[in-house]
Amino acid sequence: MNIVVLMKQVPDTEAPVEIAESNVAIDTEDTKWAINPYDEFSLEEALLIKEAKGDSKVTLVTVGPDHVAEAIRVAYAMGVDEAIHINDEIDDEVYGAVDPHTTAAIIAAALKDVPFDLIIAGQRAVDDDSYLVPALVANKLNLPIISLVTKQETTDTEINCVQSIDGGTAVVKAALPALITTQKGINEPRYPNFRAIMKAKKKKVDERELEDIGLDPENFGINGAKVKIRSMEFPPERGQGKIIEGSSPAEKAKILVNLLKEEASVI
Amino acid sequence: MNFDLTKEQTMIRKEVRKFAQKEIAPIAGELDEKEEFSSELTRKMGEIGLFGMFVSEKYDGQGMDYISYIIAVEEIARIDGSQAATIAAGNSLGIGPLYYFGSEEQKQKYLPKLCSGEALWGFGLTEPTAGSDAGGSKTTAVRDGDDWVINGSKIFITNAACDMTLGVTVQAITGTRDNGKPEYTCFIVEKDTPGFKAVPMHKKMMWRASNTAELYFDNVRVPKENMLGNQGDGFHQMLKTLDGGRLSIGSMGLGGAQGAYDLALKYAKDRKQFGQSISKFQAIAFKLADCAMEIECARNLMYKACWLRNENRPFEKEAAMAKLYCSELMGRVANHAVQIHGGYGLMKEYNVERFYRDQKLLDIGEGTSEVQRIVISRHIGC
Ligand SMILES: Cc1cc2nc3c(=O)[nH]c(=O)nc-3n(C[C@H](O)[C@H](O)[C@H](O)COP(=O)(O)OP(=O)(O)OC[C@H]3O[C@@H](n4cnc5c(N)ncnc54)[C@H](O)[C@@H]3O)c2cc1C
Repeated sequence: MNIVVLMKQVPDTEAPVEIAESNVAIDTEDTKWAINPYDEFSLEEALLIKEAKGDSKVTLVTVGPDHVAEAIRVAYAMGVDEAIHINDEIDDEVYGAVDPHTTAAIIAAALKDVPFDLIIAGQRAVDDDSYLVPALVANKLNLPIISLVTKQETTDTEINCVQSIDGGTAVVKAALPALITTQKGINEPRYPNFRAIMKAKKKKVDERELEDIGLDPENFGINGAKVKIRSMEFPPERGQGKIIEGSSPAEKAKILVNLLKEEASVI
Repeated sequence: MNFDLTKEQTMIRKEVRKFAQKEIAPIAGELDEKEEFSSELTRKMGEIGLFGMFVSEKYDGQGMDYISYIIAVEEIARIDGSQAATIAAGNSLGIGPLYYFGSEEQKQKYLPKLCSGEALWGFGLTEPTAGSDAGGSKTTAVRDGDDWVINGSKIFITNAACDMTLGVTVQAITGTRDNGKPEYTCFIVEKDTPGFKAVPMHKKMMWRASNTAELYFDNVRVPKENMLGNQGDGFHQMLKTLDGGRLSIGSMGLGGAQGAYDLALKYAKDRKQFGQSISKFQAIAFKLADCAMEIECARNLMYKACWLRNENRPFEKEAAMAKLYCSELMGRVANHAVQIHGGYGLMKEYNVERFYRDQKLLDIGEGTSEVQRIVISRHIGC
């Protein structure tokens, strides 16, 4: 079985972020990068399927600038067989993939000559939180998509998934080829073993530019974006908590209910 | 001059940091409090490759350079001293001597199990009457036909009495040298050998989740194939082992200092008194500035010593300096870290008190601070 995993490198959630001077992007000068946590689930799930089935191949597809190489090495160390890196740097600071639409178009183009039975993506990337790329890719490739998968069983022709839905789960199946997105709980991603880290050094990355996959850079970046960020700001700092004074628990509860009604208007 | 780590070294740091934060941090306090060695956690550490890091792949080692090993110990120590002790002793004292001095057969027999983290191995040097002064050793091995018969005891031996222990390397007196001094030889003793007993030591102040043992040898008979290297090599083997071991103890000091500093800096920014973060008070800020500066110095010294070792150049002086400096530094930093935490720093919940306790071993194990100063002063010609 040929499995494709879509991976995005995102700023490490543990490290602080700063807004760039342009006010429409984050400052990436000193950013620490990591694999999008949901994509770690995808990688793990692909490797688990491969280990269970044997005779399978896991291909990683990622879009991003030079520093994505670091995330690819981690994926190789985890056990990915092949990696395709669409380097979308058009002109130093100008990138091709700037919104869900451009990203999905690039991925779909890259997948043209890659054989696959199953594509696994994270349900969302934790930097932009758009939730859109996997669905757009599925749409462009005309594939069924099952999102928020917490469990799957795959045969050679179809995939059965448990999907988390509001307040419960649904059991959904689709014919292959298909695209699924992973949800927390599907697995525990492995830590790359040190020996595998050393071996990853020797693995080659198939690096391509937009022209190599038949795309015109003119139509990407800010020209191709359907969503443009106008400004960014940090969420407001959380205000001080309020301690309710009162002579008895009953009285305090009464004041609390009142405040929730009047001041917070939540009940 | 190039201060950059290689891509692999950077990846090792990142992965070990992530592992330590996710797998060790949540249980370190509890294991410490219960004085419990965790085989489960040790096996997990083995799975990612924390044992046999500098051992070739031929014996199922990880085939990495020495700096990668030191970085891994540093990152574990940043979260917990006990687990770092299991790793540092496991590699430098357990695996190291077998790898560097063992015969091909001995290596084939023991290293794969030790490098995968399925089993642990102890290195027994210290005796009740012989700590800094190895000359005080009383444990003997006497040739009897094709066997050697060992009698004596060892104390404070790490990783030697847990359910994962496969055996120990033990140094014994095997005769007298031409200059009248005792001749030392090391032997391999498997755990089930009759007459051998390993008893865990309890009630430690520090490294409470690391396994420490007393070893007893009562007419323990081992075949001559169990000799490590040649007869009389024991003293030289011990010196070589301790030179490397010093780097790993030093990196525990470096990592521990970094860990205590991280906790202190975060706390100082969060804690408000007199209407502002206490990190804004110069008395607190200067302590943290000193810590940051000294950690930077310590790391440079430590990595330089490792680099010398990697390049097969003399590194004994630098190893002693790095061990001494990093160990004592962690003492200063942990002390500041507790002080910055105020009363909370004395409570187990806040973790810095564990760093404060764990540090003290570093001034004592694998050559006390006094012994390091003796080594350094000899090297500078005093
Ligand atoms: C938790 C733990 C784990 C350990 N693990 C191992 C292990 O795996 N294998 C192993 O073999 N050993 C191990 N040790 C033993 C450790 O290496 C010794 O404790 C250490 O070498 C010091 O020996 P000692 O305790 O006998 O102290 P002593 O040598 O008695 O020293 C007491 C004091 O006298 C000072 N002193 C001694 N000689 C001199 C001198 N010439 N000049 C100035 N001052 C001097 C010392 O510096 C120290 O301050 C471990 C110890 C501990 C506590």
